[in-house]
Amino acid sequence: MDFDSFIVEGLKTTTMAAMIRCLLRTSQTSVKFVVRKESLQNARSLSSLADLPETHKMLQKSCRDFVDNELIPIAGKLDKEHTYPKDVIKKMGELGLMSVDVPSEEGGTGLDYLAYAIAMEEISRGCASTGCIMSVNNSLYLGPINKWATPAQKEVFQEPYLHGDRVGCFALSEPGNGSDAGAASTVATLDGDSWILNGTKSWITNGYESEATVVFATTDKSQKHKGISAFLVPKPIAGLSLGKKEDKLGIKATSTCNLIFEDCRIPRENLLGEPGFGFKIAMQTLDAGRIGIAGQALGIAQASFECAIEYAQKRMAFGSPISKMQTVQSKLADMELRTESARLLTYKAALLKDAGKPYTKEAAMAKLAASEAATFCSHQAIQILGGMGYVTDMPAERHYRDARITEIYEGTSEIQRLVIAGNLLKEYHAS
Amino acid sequence: MSGFRILVGCKRVIDYAVKVRVKPDKTGVVTEGVKHSMNPFDEIAVEEAVRMKEKKLASEIIAVSCGPQQCQETLRTALAMGVDRAIHVITEPKEYESMQPIHVSKILSKIATEEKADLVIVGKQAIDDDCNQTGQMTASLLDWPQATFASKIEKSNGDLSVMREIDGGLETIKVKVPAVLTSDLRLNEPRYATLPNIMKAKKKPLVTKKPSDYGVDITPRQEIVSVEDPPVRQAGQKVESVEELVTKLKEAGLV
Repeated sequence: MDFDSFIVEGLKTTTMAAMIRCLLRTSQTSVKFVVRKESLQNARSLSSLADLPETHKMLQKSCRDFVDNELIPIAGKLDKEHTYPKDVIKKMGELGLMSVDVPSEEGGTGLDYLAYAIAMEEISRGCASTGCIMSVNNSLYLGPINKWATPAQKEVFQEPYLHGDRVGCFALSEPGNGSDAGAASTVATLDGDSWILNGTKSWITNGYESEATVVFATTDKSQKHKGISAFLVPKPIAGLSLGKKEDKLGIKATSTCNLIFEDCRIPRENLLGEPGFGFKIAMQTLDAGRIGIAGQALGIAQASFECAIEYAQKRMAFGSPISKMQTVQSKLADMELRTESARLLTYKAALLKDAGKPYTKEAAMAKLAASEAATFCSHQAIQILGGMGYVTDMPAERHYRDARITEIYEGTSEIQRLVIAGNLLKEYHAS
Repeated sequence: MSGFRILVGCKRVIDYAVKVRVKPDKTGVVTEGVKHSMNPFDEIAVEEAVRMKEKKLASEIIAVSCGPQQCQETLRTALAMGVDRAIHVITEPKEYESMQPIHVSKILSKIATEEKADLVIVGKQAIDDDCNQTGQMTASLLDWPQATFASKIEKSNGDLSVMREIDGGLETIKVKVPAVLTSDLRLNEPRYATLPNIMKAKKKPLVTKKPSDYGVDITPRQEIVSVEDPPVRQAGQKVESVEELVTKLKEAGLV
């Protein structure tokens, strides 16, 4: 075979090119590789980390303009008054932010997880609560439904939840188990044409405003975590009551409450996926959710950093702006270092997911790094602002309070470390 | 009457929120690595054109930008807002620094003729040079009527009724089509590019041309002598009463 130029596209470029080169070396044919320009935008390679593709830059700008104009001015008020940002969520839905990676054929925005991570950071930079609502709807609710629901289920539980008119929620945690997700004590028993749910789910974000939920319940206790199944439950419904709204330290504009199931009857068809598949659904969903939360934490970290550096350049002490002091500069440098490092991890996890490659370890690393960066940056921001950081006049105290949850939900930092270590031990399995 | 074909001018300028810095050699301002965006008045022009299309007053919108390679980002933003296709008239970065409204208006008028445009809408002025000339010059070159500082544009039989913001207040005039309009701040509030539209924009046509393709010579007609920071603002004086103010003004020989 005789060719002097070869057009290669997309993600398989590097591996295919290497293989072809290897084959051709033996036949002593020289080949020129021409990579079509558009494919570079899709190339799931590390070069994307250095400079975002144009589409992603445009969406970043669109989100940033939206946040600067619509979200930042009201974020403090939302936090103070614990108000669910209904109007903003609707506008975000119109922008396509509530169903970022749902395919466009199904009515979603049809973008990738890199776009989602970027959008999450931008929105959360304005308001962490709004970012939380966005991430629950995108990753935790639409995520499993888009992947495992039947067309009939999607018509009821996916379609109305794409454009900010309705939001969903995800019910996994219970009063008796958070990290220990395999010990679900909520049960689902089959009774003729219905499932009957009994049990309590706790810490459910969007508990009040959501109109549907993905619930995990034990269907076969003898199978332990392989006996958990996932169900789709519309709200309101007989047999489901909501606990009181939790009074939280941060992300106050979200509602968090218990979902109490007492002989709650749902149609048999509301089983999501296969029986016994629930734990796997939950774990895979959380993998993706971690990228979203990493994005949220990055937004909080970035917001507190911007607050600190702006203040440091204006605040005068000892005759100069405090940004001239070495201790302050050191803090700013550390803040930027941790945020940017976490950001690169987040982008990498997103790119791996978009390429269809395993990304569990990287998503856990991203969430861990970003949440710790958020708590670090918000802590140091208050330190730089001094007394001003402690009062509600400046947003630093809100970022501090908002940051704290990112190390806890969707897998505590301790669980993330276990996930990473588990993957490492598989990778480095001593032969 | 079938819809208008609208040509919209989009200039890529330093973002309004950026703190502009003068270059040490005083030949201009620092643009390297600085955030740029579409001129806000041009965003308003694009928005107005898109709204006219949604109201079925317009059938096609073409966005034009003159300048270096990065202008394509500006054009993609216009496409993401709802423009149908874009023309990028490319120049070298050095040529762009000396480009003036007279050059741009020559290019726009040639494109308007070539594309058989019914309306040319541009921002009233660019926020970097504040010239407020391109729209007016384009109208003159095309020998078309102009309605500048538009804060409201409505269809009136076959013509347009335009409310203009002028020093004395608001003035409403009627212009026959084809015409050149320039947008003022209160004309509309531009939309955010939605994510689905950003995706769609990738597939919309964007062609690159040169000024010479339109027979326009962009050699500068002006020479920038120097660019400097404005003088540092001096402290004022506080007075206790109107009488004291008048006295002070008289002392300074100002009254």
